[in-house]
Amino acid sequence: MSQRGKMAVKSMHDSLRIPGSQEDSVAAAKIATILDRHGRDGTRLVQILREVQDVEGWLSPATLSAIAEGIGWPRAQVESTANFYSFFHTRPLGEYRVLFSDNITDRMLGNQDLMRSLCHKLWLEPGQASEDGLVSVDTTSCTGMCDQGPALLANYRTITRLTPERIDEMAHLIRRRVPVGDWPSDWFHVEDNIRRRDVLLDHGLAPGEALAAALDRGPAGLLGQIERSALRGRGGAGFGSDIKWRSCRDAWGDAHYVICNADEGEPGTFKDRVLLSSYFDMVVDGMCIAGFAIGASKGFIYLRGEYRYLLDRLETRLAQRREAGLLGRNILGRGFTFDIEIHLGAGAYICGEESALIESLEGKPGKPRIRPPFPVTHGYLGQPTTVNNVETLALAALIAVKGGEWFRAIGTPASTGTKLLSVSGDVERPGIYEFPFGVTVAEVLAAAGANDTQAVTTAGAAGSCLAADEFGRHIAFEDVPTGGSIMVFDRSRDMFEVARNFAHFFAHESCGFCTPCRVGTAVNARLLDKLANDHGSPYDLDEMEKMHRLMQGASHCGLGNTATIALRDMLAKFRPAFDRRLHSPDYEPGFDLDAALSQARRMTGRDDPGAHLTDNLSAQAGEHPSEAQP
Amino acid sequence: MNNSFLLDGEDVPFTPGQTVMQAAAAAGKYIPHLCWHPDFTAHGSCKLCTVKIGGRFATACTTRAAAGQEVDNRTEELTAKRRTLLQLLFVEGNHFCPSCEKSGNCVLQATAYEMGMLSPHFDHFYPDRAVDASHPDVLLDFNRCIMCELCVRASREVDGKDVFALSGRGAKSHLIVNSESGRLADTDFAVTDRAAEVCPVGVILKKRVGFTVPIGQRDYDEKPISEKAVGKVADGVKETG
Repeated sequence: MSQRGKMAVKSMHDSLRIPGSQEDSVAAAKIATILDRHGRDGTRLVQILREVQDVEGWLSPATLSAIAEGIGWPRAQVESTANFYSFFHTRPLGEYRVLFSDNITDRMLGNQDLMRSLCHKLWLEPGQASEDGLVSVDTTSCTGMCDQGPALLANYRTITRLTPERIDEMAHLIRRRVPVGDWPSDWFHVEDNIRRRDVLLDHGLAPGEALAAALDRGPAGLLGQIERSALRGRGGAGFGSDIKWRSCRDAWGDAHYVICNADEGEPGTFKDRVLLSSYFDMVVDGMCIAGFAIGASKGFIYLRGEYRYLLDRLETRLAQRREAGLLGRNILGRGFTFDIEIHLGAGAYICGEESALIESLEGKPGKPRIRPPFPVTHGYLGQPTTVNNVETLALAALIAVKGGEWFRAIGTPASTGTKLLSVSGDVERPGIYEFPFGVTVAEVLAAAGANDTQAVTTAGAAGSCLAADEFGRHIAFEDVPTGGSIMVFDRSRDMFEVARNFAHFFAHESCGFCTPCRVGTAVNARLLDKLANDHGSPYDLDEMEKMHRLMQGASHCGLGNTATIALRDMLAKFRPAFDRRLHSPDYEPGFDLDAALSQARRMTGRDDPGAHLTDNLSAQAGEHPSEAQP
Repeated sequence: MNNSFLLDGEDVPFTPGQTVMQAAAAAGKYIPHLCWHPDFTAHGSCKLCTVKIGGRFATACTTRAAAGQEVDNRTEELTAKRRTLLQLLFVEGNHFCPSCEKSGNCVLQATAYEMGMLSPHFDHFYPDRAVDASHPDVLLDFNRCIMCELCVRASREVDGKDVFALSGRGAKSHLIVNSESGRLADTDFAVTDRAAEVCPVGVILKKRVGFTVPIGQRDYDEKPISEKAVGKVADGVKETG
């Protein structure tokens, strides 16, 4: 940053924090109000940090101290949480924070050109605040708008379907300091794009109908129906829902909790967003039903920070349900009490892992716990907790009405029911497809209008990558398991760039707890960059295989264990895309001698041929040593 | 029921509730580790103690011992994995053993010798990490931090102070101290704290005593860590029950 930039940012600091000034006491009063609203309860730290940042613009050292004092936590722990989540900043990043979604599908739709263009228009470098402290532009992990990208977050509000024209206008709006809330409203429009409906998306039930059916069945009858349905968790791992609920119900505790995992972070998945937007009553019914089954009276929805735009709408709907007797005390007049609180995440993929999610709910960095014990016995606040995917809960509501046998007749014997698929990439009709389990990949591709398809990733960045000869395989836990992210790549796409995008995603999202994942994901990202920069050799490809063998097995949680699956598949099935990047068939230096001199060139202000070490130029410089002198 | 399991084919007794690591240490068997210490809650993050139990990988420090378990420990496969983990730790930080005053007393260095690590293998990351010399009695050289959180646990569990915490995420993880200035001098840390003793590498260094014991006569100069650590730990486990 230039001296002028530093001054501008410094003056911004000063305006926020002059000890004893009026601004200072106003800020302190606002922080106190937020702390009081959360009962000065440290387990609410992620919510407190977000709300304070909304008011203050960033989380300064003094602000973190004030929060730590307010909740009675060691300051270092507050700082630890603040620095863990991507959406919290402990340095000023401007009044406008623009984050381009950087999933591979956004890249395929041209997000990199758009971001370069916006940076150019605003005179700034990605990741740095502009010199006047007004704005910063950066990338963020997939924001779940892959069917309507390229997308970005402007002060954490979602904007879809970016075009060069929208970027031009955005630069004007920012320079004229127009608040994000006053930007054109159609920019914020998010489509459902439902392309195929089956039993869930065509459920035809009124709000509370499923809940009433569950109450009629009683906890034991309800659990019996869930067992008969053979419902398995839709997050991807496919654990039996009845086993999870029964273990939780049977576990001893002061209180039991239901958590709806709406931290839909897998690149390329957006089906939970549609369920929350347009099928929210089914999800809430499902949560109440889970609470009824396990004996809980409190539930949380852990909503990913990228879906912040949904927060007010969902809160309103919960309030309406309380009014209508469908939530809260004495639900449907049947003596059952269950209420729900929404907790917003702050940009961390790892919080989709259930024990990391619970840590986050308790105000801590989202690092997965040692398991066992599992959340069903030792979850939120150490109490029995069931964590279920959004889709699983909606399906449980459907089963409560229609019964287990009915559900079991759909799909395959080992994978009952339907699955919501988020289809994006090279297809004519990206969006949500509800298919019975057992559908082939080819059938999904045909429905979505895919042509000349080269590859399909079937579980986002963390699962298999299939080549054309495998499209006859079936989507089911026993064949091709998926959490719902289906990304399609036609033959014009460079699978090397897909692999590189995924590797950087995992390096960015690794929580850093265990050695193999923290360092292994960074090594893989560096190896792929080395190939991209024409310094790769076959040896580097073997290194990635080796890293796969280490990380799968030695990592602490599912993130590290699955982070190299797609990469391994691509190395095996799309080898030419990697071989093309190899500069030499045997050995290539890992670094560029000439680039190593770049710092010296910058320091001396030189860029003449004599200051370079490339083959021709170094020969030249050797012939005319005098020219190399400054 | 016979309360024992097989570690590399040898019978190891355990008391119910013990982890594989605790039982092995009490029996004088060395399972490589960095973040585990008999006096503190198991962490399970360094993954050096990864063993194979019934054909599956698991960390010995977090897995409860069970009768009849068959645990592989010092096998070629596991040594190779541990060597790679050590190499990852070496390139992630800035570890220059010849100029480090912890050399010879460093658990990372000694474990690397034990595992036959001959080179860092991967390209160095060369992270930019500052040192903190603000405290009158202790220097913090973050360049050598391996994120084991032993100091975090010692300060919290024994000293009752919470002087240290791990901050950041992923490759940006880093150790911080409990003060607004970020300086150790502005915390209530004292050289007599247990946290001042537990760093397995050369991050937390007492001032003015660095070379009291000359290189060549230090802990792991005398004996390899597999012999040294086991004696120490076995005593510790017996003492703490």
